[in-house]
Amino acid sequence: MAIVETESKIVRLDGTRQNWLEKIPAQYWVVGILLLIMPLFASDFMLFQIFGWTFILGMIALSLMFLAGYGGMVSLAQMTIAGLAGYLVAILGDSAITEISQGWPWYAAIPVALIVTALFASAIGWLAVRTDGIYTIMITLAIAAAFFYFARQNYEVFNGFSGFNSIHPPSLFGVDWRGPKAFYYLTLFWAVASYLFILYISRAPFGLALQGVRDNSRRMSALGYNVVAHRVAAYTLAAIPAGIGGILLTWQSAQISPGTVGIGPAIDVLVVAVIGGLGHPIGAFIGALIYVLLKTFSTDALIALSLSGERFRLLIGLSFLVIVFFSPDGILGLWKKFKVWQQRNPFEQSDGRDL
Amino acid sequence: MKKSLIAASMLAAGMGFSTTSMAADPLKVGVLATLEGTYTALGEDGVRGLKTALAEIKNQMGGRDVELVIGPTDASPDSAVRAARKIVEQDGVDIVIGPLSGSEGIAIRDYSKTQPGVTFINGISGAQETTYVEPSENFFRFNMDGAQWSAGLGDYIYNEKGYRSIATVGEDYSFVYTQVFGLVTEFCAAGGEVTERLWVPLGTKDFGSIIAALPDDVDAIYLGLGGGDAVNFLNQYQQAGGDANLIGGTIMVDGTVLNSKGDAKNALIGTPSAGPQADTWDDPKWQAYVKSYQDTFAPEDRFPSPSLLATGYYNAGHAVAQCMDKIDGDLSDGHAGLRSCLSSLELDAPNGKITLDENRQAIGTNFVSEVVEVEGGGLATKLVSMKEGVNQTLGIDAAAFAKIGLPSRDAPECKTSY
Repeated sequence: MAIVETESKIVRLDGTRQNWLEKIPAQYWVVGILLLIMPLFASDFMLFQIFGWTFILGMIALSLMFLAGYGGMVSLAQMTIAGLAGYLVAILGDSAITEISQGWPWYAAIPVALIVTALFASAIGWLAVRTDGIYTIMITLAIAAAFFYFARQNYEVFNGFSGFNSIHPPSLFGVDWRGPKAFYYLTLFWAVASYLFILYISRAPFGLALQGVRDNSRRMSALGYNVVAHRVAAYTLAAIPAGIGGILLTWQSAQISPGTVGIGPAIDVLVVAVIGGLGHPIGAFIGALIYVLLKTFSTDALIALSLSGERFRLLIGLSFLVIVFFSPDGILGLWKKFKVWQQRNPFEQSDGRDL
Repeated sequence: MKKSLIAASMLAAGMGFSTTSMAADPLKVGVLATLEGTYTALGEDGVRGLKTALAEIKNQMGGRDVELVIGPTDASPDSAVRAARKIVEQDGVDIVIGPLSGSEGIAIRDYSKTQPGVTFINGISGAQETTYVEPSENFFRFNMDGAQWSAGLGDYIYNEKGYRSIATVGEDYSFVYTQVFGLVTEFCAAGGEVTERLWVPLGTKDFGSIIAALPDDVDAIYLGLGGGDAVNFLNQYQQAGGDANLIGGTIMVDGTVLNSKGDAKNALIGTPSAGPQADTWDDPKWQAYVKSYQDTFAPEDRFPSPSLLATGYYNAGHAVAQCMDKIDGDLSDGHAGLRSCLSSLELDAPNGKITLDENRQAIGTNFVSEVVEVEGGGLATKLVSMKEGVNQTLGIDAAAFAKIGLPSRDAPECKTSY
């Protein structure tokens, strides 16, 4: 045992590259294995409804986290982008509304849906990047509201208030992808893929430049970067996890209607991203889990306290308020505070000077 | 202290007694009701209706205690399916009662097909498609659909009121399409004309443009709005000085609107409408039900008399209770006994006898009524005529009815015969 340890240390002192497996931090192993073996002990409801929804909502919030955290652009249109992808899969693929749905096979419908979604997101980005701060929020909120009302009143393409129902994932490899376990792994796979994708981008030159643009766009343009193009490209990239999330969301509820892309859901995505924390991609998924748990169980919690279950919205609102009040950086901020508190030396003042 | 001790020991004794006499497990009943958004007041009254039924049967069905699990929705199909999934798959309910709103009903019918081990009793949702197109084996509806709720109204406004041409304003979704469907088929068959059909999104706050677009060369305007939308429309219509003759859709003249605050609702006095109940009907069974509802809740926690939402959930609750009693609460046969009982049940409901057709859709009595002021200044609906045995095809031959097509924004056409 000891020999092995010294050996590995020697290897590192030599300066040779670590094995890629060794580079994965311990917490990734724990969480990863836990998520992989989840179906062994979790009920179908937990898998499909709680975790399935968490991963989907996490992906959509992840796209907002990427724009807001790394790009400094708070976009309320991410749910709209996700919803468009869902709508396109319904319109191009199969649904119960046969007069509108084109019935394309999945290998045509899904890529086209994602490409159109990315183009739509770039157009939103192109409009929104000319503004800053609160004006970006307003423009993207206006787009979200306009899309919602358009989808609700357009009957030729979006089928109005009722939208589309009976939209099912393709049964590839003979698997029913809407079965609880299959759907769990499907959403888990895409959530992990989106997470790694955003994590990679954030450390790649593009992501670093984007963070530079966020911190000081003038300096970046003086250095020769095309700031507008960078920001628009960020919107395009962010559309990928959002679009995949939107398609999975449509499959999960087997339907999409204007209610899915309403202003409420658009703001919920911001809430999810903020309570999770905008500092790291994992925040989006933590926020989504908290949101889903609250939304699903708040009625039960109220009834358990022998209060009227009808006021469940109040509990959800209060919980968010408490999280944001104690930690403006969301749950991730709380974690950081906890770590700092843990490492604090009782003989030092908080600014590091001796007492 | 002594008193509370006695009370506690009595309570403990009572509990001990009930557990020994109760061999069977409690029966879990899930309720889907709109407790968010524009239909909140309606969903709350639906839950009150079910609780009234439970109070009457002492919270017992087939010798088992009833445990209610509430699934809140916001009238969108997404939220209904999510709530249904939670109460079925997480809480493990045996029976689901609900939902309330039209498009929710269609979504829950589809969901019920994936849960053959659970029996679904519709709350009060009234889209025609729910039981007319691809009906589900384990989805039962003891209320009539929106078109049946219009039965008798077309004849009444043509023959009694003398209206010859009307325009309609309605919320843009399946339930109101179904309501207008029932009105148009009857009114046009009588010889009337529907000149224009205007649709507004559910949850509209500003009706300014719609009010401006209302035609003034018609005899009357039909309003197919509900909940907050109805109150908002009436307020703005009154401020705009509107004084046309009105015709009410079923939930337009329901207790949820007639008991709203403010005086805008007074514009509805004299308005004819049709639906599955008339508030001031003097039938003893109806009166007994109204009293039971009033006794179950304190006056500040309820409407003066039950809305049709309450009646729908009340009837659904009693239908389940009667069949559970008949099979002694035994669901071990995969609900087969319960379902065959429900299919052949003749429910002696406070709003007339209800039976089910082969699609498990109610055949019942419809009431044409007018809004009147009652003692104490409130508004209620007063019966003017009744139509018994209204089936889903509205008395039209099944093949001819199928040819009319499903209700939509512009179906059916206005014709004198179908």
